[in-house]
Amino acid sequence: MSDSVETAAVTAVPAPATTGQSGTVVRSTVMRRLLRNPMGIASLVILGSIALLAVFAPVLAPFEENFANITKTLAPADPVNILGTDSAGRDTWSRLLFGAQLTLLSALLCAGVAIAIGLPAGLIAGYYAGKFEAVSNWVVSILMSLPGLIVLLTIRAAFGPSVWISMIAFGVLISPSYFRLTRTAVQSVRNELYVDAARVSGLSDWSIIARHIFSVVRAPIIIQTAAIAGVAIAIQSGLEFLGLGDPTKATWGVMLSEGFKNVYLTPTLLFWPALAMALTIGGLVLLGNAIRDALEDGEKIKHRKKRAAPEGAGASTTAASATARQPRKSAAAVDAGTEHHLVKVTNLGVGYPQADGSVKKVVDDVSFHVDRGEILGIVGESGSGKSQTAFSILGLLPDNARIVGGAIQFDGNYTVAPGDERVNQARLSKLRGKRISYIPQEPMSNLDPAFTIGYQLVTPMVRVLGISKEEARRRALKLLTDVGIANPERTFSAYPHEVSGGMAQRVLIAGAISCEPDLVIADEPTTALDVTVQADVLDLLRELQQRLNIGVVLVTHNFGVVADLCDRVVVMQNGRLVEEGSVRDILRNPKEQYTRTLLASMLEGKTPMSMLVSSQKEPVA
Amino acid sequence: MIKFIAKRLGSGLVVLFVVSALTFTLLYTSSGSIARNILGDQATPEQVALKEQELGLDQPLVTRYFAWLADALSGNLGASWFTSEPVASSLATRIPVTMTMVFTAMILIAICAALIGVAAAVKRGWVDRVVQVGAIVGDSIPGYVIGVFLVTLLAIQLGFFPATSTISPEVGPEAWVYSMTLPVIALLINGVTGGAQQIRSAVIKQLERDYVRTLRSRGIGEREILFKHVLRSAAPAGLTVLSLQLIGMLGGVVIIEQIFALPGMGPLAVTATGQSDLPVVMGVVMYTVVVVIVVNLLVDILNGWLNPKVRVS
Repeated sequence: MSDSVETAAVTAVPAPATTGQSGTVVRSTVMRRLLRNPMGIASLVILGSIALLAVFAPVLAPFEENFANITKTLAPADPVNILGTDSAGRDTWSRLLFGAQLTLLSALLCAGVAIAIGLPAGLIAGYYAGKFEAVSNWVVSILMSLPGLIVLLTIRAAFGPSVWISMIAFGVLISPSYFRLTRTAVQSVRNELYVDAARVSGLSDWSIIARHIFSVVRAPIIIQTAAIAGVAIAIQSGLEFLGLGDPTKATWGVMLSEGFKNVYLTPTLLFWPALAMALTIGGLVLLGNAIRDALEDGEKIKHRKKRAAPEGAGASTTAASATARQPRKSAAAVDAGTEHHLVKVTNLGVGYPQADGSVKKVVDDVSFHVDRGEILGIVGESGSGKSQTAFSILGLLPDNARIVGGAIQFDGNYTVAPGDERVNQARLSKLRGKRISYIPQEPMSNLDPAFTIGYQLVTPMVRVLGISKEEARRRALKLLTDVGIANPERTFSAYPHEVSGGMAQRVLIAGAISCEPDLVIADEPTTALDVTVQADVLDLLRELQQRLNIGVVLVTHNFGVVADLCDRVVVMQNGRLVEEGSVRDILRNPKEQYTRTLLASMLEGKTPMSMLVSSQKEPVA
Repeated sequence: MIKFIAKRLGSGLVVLFVVSALTFTLLYTSSGSIARNILGDQATPEQVALKEQELGLDQPLVTRYFAWLADALSGNLGASWFTSEPVASSLATRIPVTMTMVFTAMILIAICAALIGVAAAVKRGWVDRVVQVGAIVGDSIPGYVIGVFLVTLLAIQLGFFPATSTISPEVGPEAWVYSMTLPVIALLINGVTGGAQQIRSAVIKQLERDYVRTLRSRGIGEREILFKHVLRSAAPAGLTVLSLQLIGMLGGVVIIEQIFALPGMGPLAVTATGQSDLPVVMGVVMYTVVVVIVVNLLVDILNGWLNPKVRVS
């Protein structure tokens, strides 16, 4: 019964950066978002009313919970017993109210016990790791392999019928969910810079935990508590339904079982306790979901902002419907005189529809072209829209992205025709891998960990070129040699986790050229690598490009790489194209202030003082 | 791989030992005067002392535990204090009923949850919204409440199914399936709604991984990416979800069997719990823990096969 709780909690841990140190600010915005969400309001109203009914049960209930009127059993609703009576003549409404009291208290007890055990254990295990963590992990794995109800049956057999004892036991049993949640959160925060800073500045471990780590785990714990309270209510009522609860207490489980016994005579007796349970548990589930949504909303918006223009200067927000669209060119013939360009991007705009109906533009009115055998650099800081531009050429934008303007043509055919809202996947899926290929930024995450490197090189060749597996294998080994891997046989049969990052990047380059493409899109191909490996990979790229005469779009933030490799360069800022020209011109004689700032922020060949040249932008990452 | 399995098997046995020791201690140290409970209030102190000797309760706990363990290893779990029936044999007739139900429900959950979850992750749109709402509804209504309403509505009010499902071998497969339908449905609804939602998240998480984009850039088709790469990487998360559901279901089935009056492990466990019939309770705990350990072992092996990294470490 603890199944759904577990995974829900782990995914609920927010990235530490979103909560950060400003805990109170985050909480108030989460609270406001929660109240704006109909689901959040509904859950708070339901749970609030049930809690009020429970608190005022002694006042509101017309009868004692066990007061039995033997002359009036299984009576239908009337003004005295507004929901009727049960088989012993007890008032259903009164018992429902007292049941609410007991049910809510027992759920609170269970969650309290689970927090009291799981939270400190998770903090210690996450913060100090070591033996304590190993032992707790082992205990957790045992607790998690025990079916809740079976354990409660055992507890009942040992200690007799008591709601409190069984809920304490269930709290212990379910404490691993808090433990894991806290441990995961603490582990991810432990090595954050601001925690290091706190440690260096002499704060004690406990004040670091109290100040920084609690603010991270607080929200997930509330979500978790909602889920656990629901499960506790379900399981406690189940125990009572089985007749193993305390017979002197009115509970929803007992009432359900009483209703079930009299189902032939008075089926309505079943309905009220079931409704009460479904409303309470449902309210808790909704509350948990609403809080999670509120947290994720915040995260999404921040994420989007980071990807879009950091200061929103260039990235204009336009209403989705307002953009007047050109009628689509039916024949999709490109403008005469431009067919010879390998790739031509014309006035491209890329945007993301927002919740309020507007579209956030991340690429705006960008035009450039690449010819065969030419290396074009796209330079800009993170958030400038350079990767989004590259992915538009590949047709690999995220699902929610929209082309909001312009066109892209490849080798004389539109892949995005003027007026198209999306990339023409039918056309691009035939080009991808075969004529256009891609070298990603982060080598490790771009190989499927479950397949060998050989498999990941061979399959595209078999699919795209239609050659046999043996042929593809021969070619793959040759490619691995070409990209400078000393022992191709061993790398071929290795899994991605068995090779180094530099090696993996060579494998990805080999994959990108394996089907002899005309165009390679390289997205920061050296950023994730060690400095010594970077130079090798750049040499490799240049050598391959010259030998195979391919066109390359090289996305980078590094002018050093541009100077080393590119023929021409475009500079992007906030989704717009700032400057375009040959590398020589741009490096020697930049026209735009922004280009100069970017150049000035380069370390190489500069005196240390020039690094202090201030700009209105953050330094380039 | 063999070393990996041996290691997992070994840790499973350790867990079994620890759980049995803990349960034994818990049961036998806390439940008051056992002999008096059995004999009733009228029994003389001499009779109680005699009964305690007969049950071996005068021996120290550790001695009793190891005596129980030695017996258990040879397949003897003791006898019920109230019916004198050997625990092992009464469980042997009941466990198959319970396990048939649990595993039928689990297989159906695995199929339905995987299909719905993957469809929701890939298609999004209305399928996705139905899955989201379904998960909230499913989480809100405990399985036994669903069971109670299924009986009331489909069996008692409409008469489509038998309300109680006492199974005897003579009734034939058709009647048997018929009588099992409602309990299995009651068991699987929460599993399908919860499982579908979690499998959906696992698949979406994989679809957003970098390597999927790279595979697309290499010209690999969407279908091959989904079935060969994404589902394989999402499978461990799905298996974990399903194994946790199975653990929960071993408890939930006790209530379902009670509702449908099925002659499985449930009614035996409930009666034994009410009477503090400790050998029976102990036997039920052992059987369920063994099932859990075997299932966890299978999940570990499958995960090791799916993920080369697990296999190596």
